[in-house]
Amino acid sequence: MAKGIRDKVAILGMGCSKFGERWDMNAEDLMVEAYVEALSDAGIETKQIDAAWLGTGIEEQHVGKSAVPLAVALRLPFIPVTRVENFCASGTEAFRGAVYAVASGAADIALALGVEKLKDTGYGGLPQRGRGTVNNMTWPNLSAPGSFAQLAAAYRAKHGASPEDLKRAMAHVSVKSHDNGSRNPKAHLRNRIDIDTVLKAPMIAEPLGLYDCCGVSDGSACAIVTTPEIARSLGKTDLITVKALQLAVSNGSEAQHNSWDGSHFATTRIAAKRAYAEAGIEKPRDEVSLVEVHDCFSITELVTMEDLYLSPEGGAIRDILDGFYDADGQLPCQIDGGLKCFGHPIGASGLRMIYEMYLQMLGRAGERQRQETPRIGMTHNLGGFPHQNVCSISIVGRYEG
Amino acid sequence: MTFGILSYGAYVPRLRLQRKVIADANSWFNAALKGLGKGERAMANWDEDPVTMAVEAARDALVGHDRDGVTAVTLASTTFPFLDRLNAGVVTGALNLDESTASNDISGTQRAGTTALLQALNSRGQTLVAAAEKRDSNAASPLEMQTGDGAAALLIGEGEPVAKLLASATRSADFVDHFRTIDSGTDYGWEERWIRDAGYMTIVPPAIKAALDKAGLTPADINHFVMPAVLPKLANAMAKKAGIPDAAVRDNLSAVCGDTGAAHALVMLVHALEQAKAGERILVVGFGQGVDVMLFEVTPANEKKTGRLGVSGHLARRREETNYNKFLAFNDVVEIERGMRAEADKLTALSAMWRNRGAVTSFTGGKCEKCGTLQYPISRICVNPNCGAVDTQKPEPFADKTGRINSYTADRLTYSPDPPACYGMIQFEEGGRWMMDFTDVDEKDLEVGRNMRMMFRVKDIDNQRGFRRYFWKAAPVAAGGN
Repeated sequence: MAKGIRDKVAILGMGCSKFGERWDMNAEDLMVEAYVEALSDAGIETKQIDAAWLGTGIEEQHVGKSAVPLAVALRLPFIPVTRVENFCASGTEAFRGAVYAVASGAADIALALGVEKLKDTGYGGLPQRGRGTVNNMTWPNLSAPGSFAQLAAAYRAKHGASPEDLKRAMAHVSVKSHDNGSRNPKAHLRNRIDIDTVLKAPMIAEPLGLYDCCGVSDGSACAIVTTPEIARSLGKTDLITVKALQLAVSNGSEAQHNSWDGSHFATTRIAAKRAYAEAGIEKPRDEVSLVEVHDCFSITELVTMEDLYLSPEGGAIRDILDGFYDADGQLPCQIDGGLKCFGHPIGASGLRMIYEMYLQMLGRAGERQRQETPRIGMTHNLGGFPHQNVCSISIVGRYEG
Repeated sequence: MTFGILSYGAYVPRLRLQRKVIADANSWFNAALKGLGKGERAMANWDEDPVTMAVEAARDALVGHDRDGVTAVTLASTTFPFLDRLNAGVVTGALNLDESTASNDISGTQRAGTTALLQALNSRGQTLVAAAEKRDSNAASPLEMQTGDGAAALLIGEGEPVAKLLASATRSADFVDHFRTIDSGTDYGWEERWIRDAGYMTIVPPAIKAALDKAGLTPADINHFVMPAVLPKLANAMAKKAGIPDAAVRDNLSAVCGDTGAAHALVMLVHALEQAKAGERILVVGFGQGVDVMLFEVTPANEKKTGRLGVSGHLARRREETNYNKFLAFNDVVEIERGMRAEADKLTALSAMWRNRGAVTSFTGGKCEKCGTLQYPISRICVNPNCGAVDTQKPEPFADKTGRINSYTADRLTYSPDPPACYGMIQFEEGGRWMMDFTDVDEKDLEVGRNMRMMFRVKDIDNQRGFRRYFWKAAPVAAGGN
């Protein structure tokens, strides 16, 4: 395995727009909102940025193709700008582009920005869209909840979990995220809910009810990265560096080969192992202090706890119900509200997760600040469907160098 | 080797609309409908049409038969989904028959089914004759209650026939009891009493006599009289006039299925064959702008057990439907608000459809000759993580494999003409899997491990262009099924 990029790149500044139904904002306005905060946090000027990456997932709904919308919105001075798209992992992909540019020495300072303007669709949920000329002929007209809901059926079959126990643990996931979101001024959904509300909500895709599904939001998040040396030279003292960045992409084996049982994410398990190796983490359950996962649906968060080797296989239900992942638990998950309540503007989500890690590690998370400052934070971003997806994992932490 | 009917099968859609709900909804307007409000009619699912029903009937008829022997496919219907695209060609493709197979459509009359059968019996080679019908009808029309959707198929050729043709007769007569044009959409019919007296009772008897004379038999020699007609007691009156014993009159399946139009003579013939004993004689009448009469004798080969469901098996594969509005919506009789999600463009790239016809129409996958892994669809590089061989796959048919549910959901968010959309991962034990639509399933019956049969169905309807594309879906295996 390559030796990786651990501690080669530091976060110089970050920004995040308020997420939600931003009826008065174009995607470009959201980009500027996140960018202005990041730029001010970094303490630099636009002309110091050497290269930029834009992450969007459903660009046909807002900015259209290419990196031009980012360059125009931020008035970037004719620098290299690239748009990346990898389903819901697009934000982390933009981050990976910027981080790799710095790590390679190709850029001193690079920018990653993710944005999505979803609330021009005309109806709730993600936009109904085709899957490609050939896929359209054979794929079901599957929705995101419909594909992720299937994890529950396969998980129950594999672990012998009763529908009631599983549903109750899933409900706990959502109740916890609503609690956390209520303490986050930038979150889309800030209302607290109880277990009963989740259990009695209208069914979206069996067994996912309304409160098992994350918010569909407008929003943008931004990171400016550089080397630790340059960060120090710019006057930064408390540095947060990238410990690992990994991406695993399905190659069709889950969708076409019977070696996958449908109850977990094959990609997450692979990406997690590689990320821990790159970051030098041996006991993730003990060493990771904060985690933000791709909780597009409550069941996704539940199985992801196992796929990240934080809960033992088949043990996520117990850990969740025990409060292990609550804000005051041993390893808080979605302390900012997660996709569930912070919201899920697709291209922005991966960067939003890193933003929360960054704030928490610098003690800047306000009302939701974890008492003991987290040292190692992991973010997990998934795109696609359980049977065919991309999974990106980043680990960031305090720089000890 | 003898020429005759080598095999037979049928298909009746699973949904059975209760006529009482139709009568209850419409008798405020036409009180006479109350009298028809008994029993049930077969109702195609939203994703069924004459092509898909013909495919199922043909598969039923082909159980236990080598498909390589089929040299021609004839499809009869007056309700073809395509006016200019060979409907029988779709069936041939779905059955994965050799490209040397002749395919043709027969249409234009309610006796299209018997005409197709007669042509096959008068030809050489092995012909798969299928007839299927799904008639549009106006709300509150008698036809809405009298008709049903369904299909039948018979394999004709040299071999060990289950029934032999003894004689036949045909007559042409431009007797317009009803008509249907592109403009009218639904049937426009004349008075029933005139149709009965000047039509059936005048045109049919001479043809019956001619067939019996040719065979050197008398009316009393008939054991099964297949005389389809929606007019009540017409078959009995016809038997009486022709001298055929009343006991020989076959049930026209009105109570349990309804009249399947151009397919109905063949549906009733298949039903008769399912019950007939060796040596018995079946007289089949097809009426419509003239008449076809065929006289068959059943052979001992008919008593061999096969895995077919036939008419009886499909009638038993039944789910009562009491929602008349659903029937109206499925058949576009009423326009329901489908929501913005239904607006997604369903354009089919015809070039891509042709290029992928093996995977899409025939449901053919691949088998890696290096590691033996079965996979769908066929691809250049083997999906087995421990293989990865390039260009080693040979075509492998999946359509007749039984799959089982690996994961599933019932999705109320995505657009479906019949929500919730049920779909999931189907896994084939020998290898291969695909995330696919389910059909003919109730949400409560979904469970991991359940055995599912592949069925050829309408995948999407492109309302913008009037096109429809087909693909395979997974349905629960029917009890006693093949």
